[in-house]
Amino acid sequence: MAPHSHDHSHLTETEARVRALESLLSEKGYIDSAAVDEIVQTYETKIGPQNGAHVVAKSWVDADFRKWLEEDSTAAIHSLGYTSRQGEHIDAVFNSDDTHHLVVCTLCSCYPWSVLGLPPTWYKSPPFRSRAVIDPRGVLNDFGITLPETTKVEVHDSTSEVRYLVIPQRPAGTEGWSEKQLAKLVTRNSMIGTGFARTAEALS
Amino acid sequence: MNGGADLGGMMGFGPVVQEENEPLFHAPWEARVLGMVVALGACGKWNLDMSRYARETMPTAEYLSADYYSIWLDAAVRLLKERGMISDGELETAKALIPPVEVARKLAAKDVAAVLNAGGPANRPEEGTPVFAVGDMVQTINDHPVTHTRMARYARGKSGKIVKVHGFHVFPDSSAHGEGENPQWLYKVTFSAQELWGRQGNPHDTVSLDLWEPYLRATQ
Repeated sequence: MAPHSHDHSHLTETEARVRALESLLSEKGYIDSAAVDEIVQTYETKIGPQNGAHVVAKSWVDADFRKWLEEDSTAAIHSLGYTSRQGEHIDAVFNSDDTHHLVVCTLCSCYPWSVLGLPPTWYKSPPFRSRAVIDPRGVLNDFGITLPETTKVEVHDSTSEVRYLVIPQRPAGTEGWSEKQLAKLVTRNSMIGTGFARTAEALS
Repeated sequence: MNGGADLGGMMGFGPVVQEENEPLFHAPWEARVLGMVVALGACGKWNLDMSRYARETMPTAEYLSADYYSIWLDAAVRLLKERGMISDGELETAKALIPPVEVARKLAAKDVAAVLNAGGPANRPEEGTPVFAVGDMVQTINDHPVTHTRMARYARGKSGKIVKVHGFHVFPDSSAHGEGENPQWLYKVTFSAQELWGRQGNPHDTVSLDLWEPYLRATQ
C-alpha cells in the first residue's frame, strides 16, 4: 500500500520506532550508522535501472554479447561489472514479435537489484503480485499495454535466487544509433515487462 | 506456509497503480530500514531464507495491508528479539539494558561497496546428477507446510515441463529453519496458463517458476 494511505500519526510513530531501533543497534555494536548511510547512498546514486539499460543497449548493438547473454546471462552481465547483491544469478529473457515476457515475485519482492536497483512500490504490492500470474494481460492493460491475442505472454515468477531481466525489443528507426543513445530508450518497466522501450521519436 | 505473502492468483486487490515519478523512498525511515536490514546481514545471525520466513509469518491480515518497509521492519525486530539481540524494554527506551550478543561482524562503511558487490550466491558445488532433464514433464507436490517453502500455492499439484536446469542451490525449506543449506537441483519449470487456471487461463500463455527437485515428481 502506498504510504499516503497512512495518516500522519502513524508515520510519526514509525519514524520514531525506526530512530529508536537504529540508535539501539548502534549502541549495542551491531551496526554502524555510517554503513547504513553508505548502503542507502549506493542505491540512491550507483545501482539503478541505468545498469540494466546498459546491458540491454549492448545486447542491441553487439551480437556476440547478445549470444553470451542468451547462453550465460549471469556471466555476460557480471562482465560489465554488475555483480552486486540480488543479481548473483540472472536469466535474461528476450521479447520478440511473438513473445512478451513479464517478471513477478508472487511470494515476496525478488527483483534484480544489481541491474534495476530497488523495486517500485507497485512491484512489491498485492495487486501486482496476485494478478501477474493469473491475469497478466489485465496487468499489462493497467500499464496501458494491449498485446495481440496471438502474442504469447510468458510470466516468470521469481521463486528462487535466480533473477529475471527482460530484454525489450529494439525500437524501429534506431539503426546506426550508439549504445549510449540506445540506453536512453530503455525504461525500467521495459526490463520488467510492464512496458516497451521508448520510441526513437520520444528522444528526438 | 499459506500466509499473506503467497499471493499468486488471489483476487480483489484492485488494479496495479503506478505512482508518477515515484521516489526511491517515501520517507527517511524507509531508507534507514533498508540500510539497517542489509547491514544486519553481516552479523550472521540469520540468512535470507530466515528473513523471508520472518516476513511471511506476519499475521496474514496485517501483511496484506502493510507497506513493504513496514513488513521488513517488523520482521527485523522479530528476528532481533528471537535471537536475544534486543529486548522490548530496550526498544521502548532506545537504550541498551542487556549486554549485546556476539555477532560474526559489524559492517563498516568502508566495506559496504565490497560486500554489496560480492553478493551472496546461492549455488553450491554440485553433488550427483539432476534427476530431471530439459523437456521432461513433471508434477509438483501438493504439500501445505506451516514452515517456509517457495513452492507457491497456485502451482501445487500441477503438471509442467522442465525448461532449464539452473544448478545446485541452497534449499530454502531447510535453510529457513536452521536445518542447514541442504542444496538441491533447481529447475525452471513452465506451466501452461490453462493447467494453472483452467478456463480462465489464456491458451497461448505460460507461467514459469524456479523449483527445487524435492518439489517435483516424475509424471507417470
